[in-house]
Amino acid sequence: MPESSNSPVSEPLLKVDHLKVCFPVLGGIFRRQVGEVRAVDDVSFTVQKGQTVGLVGESGSGKTTIGRAIIRLVEPTAGSILYEGREISRLDAGSFRPYRKKIQIIFQDPYNSLNPRLSIFEIIGEALEIHFPAMSRGDRRARVAELLDKVGLKRDHLDRYPHEFSGGQRQRIGIARALAVDPAFIVCDEPVSALDVSVQAQIVNLLQDLQEELGLTYLFIAHDLAVVEHISDFVLVMTNGKIVEAAPAEAIYENPQHEYTRKLLSAVPKL
Amino acid sequence: MSTPPLLHVENLGIHFGSPADPVKAVDGISFEMQTGETLAVVGESGSGKSVTALALTRLLATPPARIVSGKIEFEGRDVLQLPDSSLRSLRGKQIAYIFQEPSSSLNPVFTIGYQIREAIELHRPEVDDVKREIIRALDTVGIREPAKRLDDYPHQLSGGMQQRVMIAMALACQPKLLVADEPTTALDVTIQKQIIDLLKELKQTSNMAILLITHNFGLVSDFADRVAVMFRGKIVETGPTAEVLRNPQHLYTRALIECVPKLGQKQHRLKVIDYAGIK
Repeated sequence: MPESSNSPVSEPLLKVDHLKVCFPVLGGIFRRQVGEVRAVDDVSFTVQKGQTVGLVGESGSGKTTIGRAIIRLVEPTAGSILYEGREISRLDAGSFRPYRKKIQIIFQDPYNSLNPRLSIFEIIGEALEIHFPAMSRGDRRARVAELLDKVGLKRDHLDRYPHEFSGGQRQRIGIARALAVDPAFIVCDEPVSALDVSVQAQIVNLLQDLQEELGLTYLFIAHDLAVVEHISDFVLVMTNGKIVEAAPAEAIYENPQHEYTRKLLSAVPKL
Repeated sequence: MSTPPLLHVENLGIHFGSPADPVKAVDGISFEMQTGETLAVVGESGSGKSVTALALTRLLATPPARIVSGKIEFEGRDVLQLPDSSLRSLRGKQIAYIFQEPSSSLNPVFTIGYQIREAIELHRPEVDDVKREIIRALDTVGIREPAKRLDDYPHQLSGGMQQRVMIAMALACQPKLLVADEPTTALDVTIQKQIIDLLKELKQTSNMAILLITHNFGLVSDFADRVAVMFRGKIVETGPTAEVLRNPQHLYTRALIECVPKLGQKQHRLKVIDYAGIK
């Protein structure tokens, strides 16, 4: 078979192949495993560079577990995760470290995902310390200030603490933290679910602006199909650990195939 | 003499912070509710809507809050002047609340049956068979096999189920006014729909007035009879829901309606509120 030197027709940035994540159910006095919960059950999808793939489903459908498996916060039971064609789900911690720089996450709850005892500079600068050890403190401050600018906060917020910020501002800090190490791929795990609709619109727009400016690729996890449809190029609908429908964003709305997708559509508040 | 409205709030002002430089959380608002009516108060975080809701039964801690002006009348009685003993019968019995976080509103160390029993025994001493009443309340809010769930602890229930238990507890006292303060904000959209549908159903079957507090205009359209839009402590617009949605008068109302993402209308960017443009 001829090995093509050029990459084949747009190789996906991320490829998830037959991914399975099971959590053990322990029981009895010896806490032996008595069963398992299949949180993610044989899921496959790809994400192209520069695209946004939306992952939508209810609580407990397994969508967050997929995001966490990609950044190695949970270990997959079976299947593979390929980043730029390379299997990353079996790498040891040391070999995975370079990928921590490329793959970042934004968490749902802006209240619990920021350490209350660290200043904004320390929260965002921590990642720089690890991934760019050569950077001087002055350079780090300059870089963090630049990041605050980018996400719409003020430079003099640098030495403040998380409790001084509103939910929307905290989510901006979370975004700046993710951007610090110059990632290519960001898992957005329900980044707007805890926010007011008016603030939700600001954060969604910020994510879209940043994507355009920096060429980012997103996996956007949410339970609200209206938001997912707005931001995504391609949508995956998930329930009970399985993907039941995968289609371009417009098709999901115009021609939903699966009953569960229709149920999600009907749950979206209408004006 | 004509009967007074169920709830009459006039020129209510609530301040926080130092008297010299107060934070005007609620800045002279007035509204009325009739028996059986549903009013939605819509506004963003910090607009003063929850403070208003808590003030209705004097649940605000004073200090730090100070009620600086106005009156709150429930069935013609001035709530702000009521002695503590009458307040106790007002809270829960006449005006019941459900809050945003069902998981933190329920006591984690008592079973749900126990917590509903407490409310019934306190407010409806005339009930003989309390257990039957608890089961009936759980059944009304759509909890299947309620008799088996009585001994469940809150952590054994999902968020949606916990919110149903909160509603059951509120309804068990047969209040005249239910204040639902962001009842679905912590829930998934699918569960949100179930809870709103449940409230809608309750509204039709009982003659209870509902004050719904929300930041999302999407929820009010086929639920509330009237809407009041709050912005920075003031009510900037009020009117029948359909009319306000169709023809919003205030810039802020218009902006708040527009920032809700709509299915099937691909926009380049979502609309955001231009605060500088609003007076």
